[in-house]
Amino acid sequence: MLKGMTRLISSVHKLDPGRFLHIGTQAPQCLAAHLDNQVATESPRAISRTSENDPAKHGEQHEGQHYNISFQDLKTVFSHGLPPRFVMQVKTFNEACLMVRRPALELLHYLKNTNFAHPAVRYVFYGEKGTGKTLSLCHSIHFCAKQDWLILHIPDAHLWVKNCRDLLQSTYNKQRFDQPLEASTWLKNFKTANEHFLSQIKVQEKYVWNKRESTEKGSPLGEVVEQGIMRVRNATDAVGIVLKELKRQSSSGIFRLLVAVDGVNALWGRTTLKREDKSPIAPEELAFIYNLRKMVKNDWQGGAIVLTVSQTGSLFKPRKAYLPQELLGKEGFDALDPFIPILVSNYNPKEFESCIHYYLENNWLQHEKAHTEEGKKELLFLSNRNPGQLERLCAYL
Amino acid sequence: MAALRVSCGAAASYRLFLGGRVSFARGQGLWKAAAAKPQRSPGCQILRLRHTTVVTTRKNVAVLRRETYTVDFIKKQIEEFNIGKRHLANMMGEDPETFTQEDIDRAIAYLFPSGLFEKRARPIMKHPEEIFPKQRAIQWGEDGRPFHFLFYTGKQSYYSLMHEAYGKLLDVENRQDQLRAKGLFSEKTKAKDPIGSRWLIKEELEEMLVEKLSDQDYAQFIRLLERLSALPCDAAEEEFVGRFRRSVTIQSKKQLIEPLQYDEKGVAFSTGQGNRKTAKAKVAVYDHGSGRIEVNGVDYLLYFPVTQDREQLMFPFHFLDRLGEHDVTCTVSGGGRAAQAGAIRLATARALCSFVTEDEVEWMRQAGLLTADPRVRERKKPGQEGARRKFTWKKR
Repeated sequence: MLKGMTRLISSVHKLDPGRFLHIGTQAPQCLAAHLDNQVATESPRAISRTSENDPAKHGEQHEGQHYNISFQDLKTVFSHGLPPRFVMQVKTFNEACLMVRRPALELLHYLKNTNFAHPAVRYVFYGEKGTGKTLSLCHSIHFCAKQDWLILHIPDAHLWVKNCRDLLQSTYNKQRFDQPLEASTWLKNFKTANEHFLSQIKVQEKYVWNKRESTEKGSPLGEVVEQGIMRVRNATDAVGIVLKELKRQSSSGIFRLLVAVDGVNALWGRTTLKREDKSPIAPEELAFIYNLRKMVKNDWQGGAIVLTVSQTGSLFKPRKAYLPQELLGKEGFDALDPFIPILVSNYNPKEFESCIHYYLENNWLQHEKAHTEEGKKELLFLSNRNPGQLERLCAYL
Repeated sequence: MAALRVSCGAAASYRLFLGGRVSFARGQGLWKAAAAKPQRSPGCQILRLRHTTVVTTRKNVAVLRRETYTVDFIKKQIEEFNIGKRHLANMMGEDPETFTQEDIDRAIAYLFPSGLFEKRARPIMKHPEEIFPKQRAIQWGEDGRPFHFLFYTGKQSYYSLMHEAYGKLLDVENRQDQLRAKGLFSEKTKAKDPIGSRWLIKEELEEMLVEKLSDQDYAQFIRLLERLSALPCDAAEEEFVGRFRRSVTIQSKKQLIEPLQYDEKGVAFSTGQGNRKTAKAKVAVYDHGSGRIEVNGVDYLLYFPVTQDREQLMFPFHFLDRLGEHDVTCTVSGGGRAAQAGAIRLATARALCSFVTEDEVEWMRQAGLLTADPRVRERKKPGQEGARRKFTWKKR
């Protein structure tokens, strides 16, 4: 950290040793001081916020502005989808505000114009670490939820290929492995997200769980989900059944299906899980991954597949890799080919301003230099306009 | 004292040794040959003489504590040095008449290349005045009376200097009074302490006087000189005061400022190099930029994920208030994460000197941006676990 004289011109600002910007509480200065000339006439909130809370109506004019997600949606749709730091921010600010950004707008545009007769199109968000891929995914999920699609959201595929305590041999297929805990948690979240669909969709086959229990043909999907939640041993198989049924029935037109997977490069990478004899397990030997791979193939109609590739949770991938080719590997790339890649990059200056403004509004930046031009320049330099970095920096201030 | 028996009839000179503390000076013996008079007890006809040595008190010999170089010895060394200098000049093919000390140094470094790190351990050939420490000659004469009138103060050179300086001060004041009496007194202000010189430090003064001083003595002397220099002085007094001033080089002049270069698109840029521990960095700073920094082909956010390193990169720009105005392209190798960041920081600061006024260069130097950090990893010593850490001490 810098000590002593760090500013040439304003050397009267004595900075405490040990911290670059020392912490003090001050009431935020007049917000109008740093507004641009153009927006000086508008109200301050218009820079960083918009009142348009329906993602369907977001357009280019809303770019860079934050919109509010209601707590209802948070509980149902986003019970498991949001990144943990964002969840903390929501708890702190007591509101969930997401920035409207160009990659998400592009995706929404495509989603609005999808032809449901064609096979599902795959969209892949890619970009460097901390640029906002997961939140763009969440934006599109919110849109689809508002449009009454069925959301199949796997929050982080990397969690399935590592750190699993209990692996059971699959009841369905002896070669594969089950992950009961993760599967049951996921089923619970899936249930909260898509309550109303579960009673409408009917199963088209009979499934026998064990000697005593079975699900009849024609019973609602909700039963399968319940079965999976209650009988944890069969949870992974329940998940597999859900996926199979949804895929089969999505083309019928009753509902539209959105498959959203975060960190899809986990499906084709390596796992850190081992068998009892310490030999490694390939991803396709995990039942969940196997079924998910079938889901991500574009051989069904009536929906869309939105994916992100991320290095953050990935295994055995170099830190600087961010392109889909690097992260998916040859196998994954061939499996996902063709797809539409959408690059998510750092903030442009307008978005950066908007983000800083949002923090200032919520009294998150307490440093007295935070709303001066110099302070903004420092933040800009230190974070290089990367959203993740900026958020981590501002956490201290 | 050894009593020697000699055969009769032989008169011998006896050598007397002073008790144990004498070290020899080459060439000249300090041994006094004292002729011991054979004493004959009256009425003794015996031819066998009994000789006893006579102890004469040694007031003439200086008390020898350290090795002393006599004046003749030093003179001989100086002659040898000059002859050697001419030989060296001949060897190197230079003109013996115009062979300076720098030429000697260069010649010695060429003829005796040494890989030793400690510069003072390398072979040198300098004038004997610089090599042999200055010593005081014997302060008293044959009869034991000291030469200097202030000998019994203990610090004769210091007090004589103070006396001289005070005498001069009184002279100047007298002169001023006379001028004032005559009415020709004019106030003359002069800049007596320009920035380029400083007073002697205590060690230098001790070396000059060949005498130990205390801090209070030194302070007193400097105060007297300041008082003297504050008054309008003659050339003689100025020269006297000038003996006690040393010049100080102005630090900022040492920083070489490269002129700006222009690349093919007409954009001004400047290069700089920097080191820190084992890391070396080469930096090119372009004007009219947007604050983009590229390190080894990678964006600085990816290359330095730690915020501390990025703050180091930001320091020069932030200091000069030029945060978003320059683009930087740099290559760095060696060292670790923080060392590379420090090396790039030094290199960018040096490169930015070309874009900036001299005053700002001076301010940067005072802020420490332009100084290479001399700290390097200390070597591990044998018998210790690390550079400083010793092995665990076990009582048994």
